[in-house]
Amino acid sequence: MNRYLMNTFRFAGLLALQVLVLNYIRINGYINPYVYILYIMLLPFGIKGWTLLAAGFVMGYSVDLFMGTPGLHVAATVFMAFMRPTIIRMSTGAQESDNLFEPSLSKMGMRWFFSYALWLVVIHHFALFFLESFSIAQIGNTLLRTLFSVVFTQFFILILMLMFKTSTKKTERMAL
Amino acid sequence: MYNLLRFLQKFNFLLLFLVLEVVAIMMLAKSHTYQRSKIINSSSSVAGYFFTFRANFADFFTLQHTNELLVKENAALRHKLEVYRKFEYPVDTLNAKPDFDYIPARVISNTVHLRNNYIIINKGSRQGIAKDMGIMSSSGVAGIVTGVTENYSIAISLLHKYANISIQFKHTDQLANVTWSGPDFRIGNIVDIPTYVNMKHGDTLLTSGNSLIFPEGIIVGTIDEPLESEAGDMNAATMLFATDFNKLKSVFVIKNNNKFELNSLNKLRPDE
Repeated sequence: MNRYLMNTFRFAGLLALQVLVLNYIRINGYINPYVYILYIMLLPFGIKGWTLLAAGFVMGYSVDLFMGTPGLHVAATVFMAFMRPTIIRMSTGAQESDNLFEPSLSKMGMRWFFSYALWLVVIHHFALFFLESFSIAQIGNTLLRTLFSVVFTQFFILILMLMFKTSTKKTERMAL
Repeated sequence: MYNLLRFLQKFNFLLLFLVLEVVAIMMLAKSHTYQRSKIINSSSSVAGYFFTFRANFADFFTLQHTNELLVKENAALRHKLEVYRKFEYPVDTLNAKPDFDYIPARVISNTVHLRNNYIIINKGSRQGIAKDMGIMSSSGVAGIVTGVTENYSIAISLLHKYANISIQFKHTDQLANVTWSGPDFRIGNIVDIPTYVNMKHGDTLLTSGNSLIFPEGIIVGTIDEPLESEAGDMNAATMLFATDFNKLKSVFVIKNNNKFELNSLNKLRPDE
């Protein structure tokens, strides 16, 4: 499938999943998984810097529109998009290459994807909860909420990736 | 000039990031001066449409429970009606307008897990809703309207940093204030209780009627645990909300018919 079309579908699908379903899941009263950031994670490796940030802005703004929190998810998602190249560099030991592969579970393998996703989820959630409480005094509470929400978001992201896993031969993966 | 361009090219990723972040923080900061914000984004028509769509689905599954609640409320109202019939006053047909009107509405979006929670309802300026009207559920006080569009309104729920309503103890009429510091949506805080007020677990708290938003005597909650101040100035307490914010469905918007007159009265105060 055309990759632009694919990304557009993914954007709409994840946004709908987030605002129509997941926002109503409140584990233990106030822990909420934020799975929409998977969209930013799965943008291709070779994406241009400004496109990545713009994608983060648009996705964050769309979620904000539905949650009535103007700016909150924008700030956290743009920050996550900004950190993405650094995380990729750290985990692959190289610059973002020009190839158009996506950093997905089927392409990169479970171990790589798990740590890649975890880093970005932690970055996003901490920024989100910190901006929401916006105080150093409540840092303990913020960290606790970050910890719990990270677990659930990571869980949902892995489930989604396994559901939509496309089979890739190991040799292909190695060639990457 | 060339150097500037080169600089921009080299750091475009960082610069764009900073610009977008500043925009986001500005949006965030602006939304916090909530009273001045005329319309909050999420009560815009598009989001409202989707929320209605979803609420229609969700409502179907809670129909039975909602019905039970309505039957109970009907029964309670009939009981009250009977009580009032015993004291039938001659009706003043010239000034028959009640002090408060109750406009029924349905919650189409509501959160309890954020630090600042908002309620969105499916009635707006067309149905006579305006800023600063109170919102109550059938079990107690729920929030205050902060913005309206034609067909939708957004309100801060009591679970909000800026929610601060005046209450009184049912048995002594002593005044205090309710706030919420989270994270549990069932528990609120009562502050500014004079030390000479005796309180214990289970005491009922009602709205005081001091503001123009809520009439006197709507239940807000019951005392959970009194906290005596060590400094000896003002006591505090934790409170169980009467309203279950996690299943807010049908609410009433409270319209004060005398608000205009009472506001103009405030202007007649002598300058100090």
